[in-house]
Amino acid sequence: MTTPVLSIRNLSVEIPTRQGILKPVDRVSYDIAAGEILGVVGESGAGKSMAGNAVIGLLNRPAHIAGGEIRLNGARIDPLEGEEMRRMRGKEIGMIFQDPLTSLNPLLTIGDQLTETMLTHLPIGRKEAEKRAVAALDEVGIPGAKERIDSYPHEFSGGMRQRVVIALALCAEPSLVIADEPTTALDVSVQAQIIALLKRLCRERGTAVMLITHDMGVIAEAADRVAVMYAGRLAELGPVREVLTEPRHPYTHGLMASTPLASQGQTRLHQIPGSMPKLNYMPDGCAFHPRCPRAADKCRTAPAPTLTDGRAACWFPMVTEAAE
Amino acid sequence: MTAHVTVRGLTRIFDVSKPLLNRILERRGKAFLTAVSEVDFEIEERTTYALVGESGSGKSTIGKMLVGLLNPSGGDVEVEGVNLAKETDGDKVAEVRSDIQMIFQDPYASLNPRWRVRDIIVEPVASKGGDTKGLAEKLLEQVGLHPSDAGKFPHEFSGGQRQRICIARALASNPRLIVCDEPTSALDVSVQAQVLNLMSDLKDELGLTYLLITHDLTVVRHMADRIGVLYLGRLVEEADPETLFTDPKHPYSRMLLDAAPRMDGFGREVPPPTGEIPDPIDPPSGCAFHPRCPLAADICKAERPQMRLIGTSKVACHLAE
Amino acid sequence: MTDTQTNQAAPPEAVDKSLWQDFRESDFFYAFKRSPVALVSFAVVCILVLSAVFAPLIAPTNPFDPASLNLMNGFTPPLEPNAFTGDAFLMGTDDQGRDVFSTILYGMRISLFVGASAVLFAMVLGITLGLVSGYFGGWTETIIMRVADVQLTFPSILVAMLIFGIAKGFTPVEYRDQMAIWVLILAIGLSDWVQFARVVRGATLVEKSKDYVAAARLIGRSPWAIMLKHILPNALSPVLVIATISLALAIIAEATLSFLGVGAPPTQPSLGTLIRIGQGFLFSGEWWILFFPACTLLALALSVNLLGDWLRDALNPRLR
Repeated sequence: MTTPVLSIRNLSVEIPTRQGILKPVDRVSYDIAAGEILGVVGESGAGKSMAGNAVIGLLNRPAHIAGGEIRLNGARIDPLEGEEMRRMRGKEIGMIFQDPLTSLNPLLTIGDQLTETMLTHLPIGRKEAEKRAVAALDEVGIPGAKERIDSYPHEFSGGMRQRVVIALALCAEPSLVIADEPTTALDVSVQAQIIALLKRLCRERGTAVMLITHDMGVIAEAADRVAVMYAGRLAELGPVREVLTEPRHPYTHGLMASTPLASQGQTRLHQIPGSMPKLNYMPDGCAFHPRCPRAADKCRTAPAPTLTDGRAACWFPMVTEAAE
Repeated sequence: MTAHVTVRGLTRIFDVSKPLLNRILERRGKAFLTAVSEVDFEIEERTTYALVGESGSGKSTIGKMLVGLLNPSGGDVEVEGVNLAKETDGDKVAEVRSDIQMIFQDPYASLNPRWRVRDIIVEPVASKGGDTKGLAEKLLEQVGLHPSDAGKFPHEFSGGQRQRICIARALASNPRLIVCDEPTSALDVSVQAQVLNLMSDLKDELGLTYLLITHDLTVVRHMADRIGVLYLGRLVEEADPETLFTDPKHPYSRMLLDAAPRMDGFGREVPPPTGEIPDPIDPPSGCAFHPRCPLAADICKAERPQMRLIGTSKVACHLAE
Repeated sequence: MTDTQTNQAAPPEAVDKSLWQDFRESDFFYAFKRSPVALVSFAVVCILVLSAVFAPLIAPTNPFDPASLNLMNGFTPPLEPNAFTGDAFLMGTDDQGRDVFSTILYGMRISLFVGASAVLFAMVLGITLGLVSGYFGGWTETIIMRVADVQLTFPSILVAMLIFGIAKGFTPVEYRDQMAIWVLILAIGLSDWVQFARVVRGATLVEKSKDYVAAARLIGRSPWAIMLKHILPNALSPVLVIATISLALAIIAEATLSFLGVGAPPTQPSLGTLIRIGQGFLFSGEWWILFFPACTLLALALSVNLLGDWLRDALNPRLR
């Protein structure tokens, strides 16, 4: 078995506040293999972005990693700090955020930003870097890459900017890309372009991708495997087709059923009652039990089983008839 | 069934010129943005009419003109038989206006953070001097919240609950038409389902008419009785959901449907749409969609297509059939 | 709808919480309790303000009552019995035998009254103009904000002196001393409204674009109702910060004007007037006549200012 590119084991993030210690990420474990796209899905406050930020060392104080380990290509990266972390992040991890403007420097041309990044992290000269910058822009589908290399970020439209960000994220040839809601701010037609682009480039280069999104449709089309998060914990993890068509965790099931489908007519939507617990009012036992139709006494007292070998972190996973 | 809302030739032009001094220095004329261009549609009583489009399609501008937050630059809006743009009888206009309410996209910005929920909900009635005794409590119960929530402040509620409060406020003045501008875009999927179901229930119970403005095709599919597809301020297709989703006539509608991610589209590899939405200050000639259209012919560049009836759909395309 | 109802129900104990309860549970109060600077400066401000308000009860003598004065007591050093009368004074006496401690208490009254009134005046003016220019925009905004810009290019003490001079010119001579205090308030207030107007205008622009304002507009509420009931409550926290810091500045401005001799008249001496009087005796050895009023002014201005600084940090969501 080859080492996965990213391996997270029992990762916990804590935020001390005056109401007590909040756990936005609670004992989460997953792997991402080379060339694989792992979709991390969940509603707002589920901890999906926080887990991504922990991996790249971008937690805002006072949030901090409180336990578990993060391995990148087999080496632990969670204890890294300061300069080491920055260098490793620039070289090995590419980042794509929801708002392209946060990852681009408005005062530098995109050509400068691309060449700078490559010169810092790759053993190449300026000439070569400039050549590669044009090639990178060309690859992400920016028309007239040669002319546009000297443009500033504000001269691009939203979709084009996100393409530039992708080029920037991939130019140092990282082994892992973390894409946090990369298409949420974009229109449907542009979103399809960006997702297709991300998929193609990562397949070709064998880059591992953590695709963080709340959009089940995007997950279905782009991801190989999916991790469903709820209230900071991993609810279900598995191949995307199986998780989405035969969910075992009642939360995944509810989530799928409440998503409106284009193929359905005017029907009443299934609804999960209530809303996700706030971090400072976390229920005992399984975090989902107050909203769960299958909750039994055990769920109210015993914390849900951690996801180790099974697919769903649930005492009473749903099993479809075919599987029985 | 009668038409509750009739919109004819509705147009809105924004002056997006730079300040006078800049224009003189840069030797540039005034710049205008046509956000909505000659849009016609009708909303039947007790139905949901959905306007779908991407950013810059003018869908929110239409909503704002309907509720009176913006004045049209041209065209007519007729609600309950009263032409809101031309009617001179102020009382008549005020009466119709009080029958129109709105639900906004961002539940965090649409409630005044310094007001208690009770005061927020009854404001439409209280500001007109109406009787508000027990009104907030009744409405809160109607939207699935607890009557005792009336004394709380908005920050004590989650996004979904806030949207329920917004709905309660919209219902306070007993409106007949509610304009819903992206009512669930800011909400999580499971909460979105709750709010959409609540909206359907209220529509049946109270006989409401909705204008639903959204970019989310799946929501439209669930809620709408009739759908209008907007592109760059122009209505390009109008059809019932069944027809639109199974047999879209306009190439843009088709592109939009293909591009939307599907829950059952595992590993789907479709050629993504090409191009981006053009600059609305300087829209393409003729049919606004022609630079991105796979079917575009010469006539599309020269002439703006008129709405034609094809089957039960109305389509603004020279080549659709 | 029954299915939604059961699950969205609030905890039944939820009754209207009083504002005081809300305040005690707030992050603001928590931060206040944990900040030594805030606690100390708040305590100092409270002591000073209370002693100014209750000056007639605390002060051993009324320095403005000629009957209680004894010229023989002049120039008594602090805590030493007077050579002629044997009276001792906590902070000594001035040339006319007035108890310095008492003059400080009464002087602080005038300083605080002038400062607070000037800030209140500036606040009302600034908030009104800020709301109007932010909400209506267009020419109204251009004119108001240009006037503000022009005024900002002059030092505010200069503006105050100018206004003071003009106003004095219009006042009949026999009323000048009586009117001096009010003219002072007008002058300091007019030189200080710009900050309020700018901050309120900025906040108004932000709040105006939010949907709750649109919701109020579409039910037909008047612009004034929207400005006062919807926008103003949401623009108050920065106003509070500026008001506090302005108070410190206004007290200093008043002292400066009085020190320059254009402020409070000697018949109603403020801290600034006292410092001016004391300055004359500094080199002849009667240091206390200057020292104690100056220290009081410093303590007052510093603690109000520190409180304002702390408020700004506590109310600024970006720093939290």
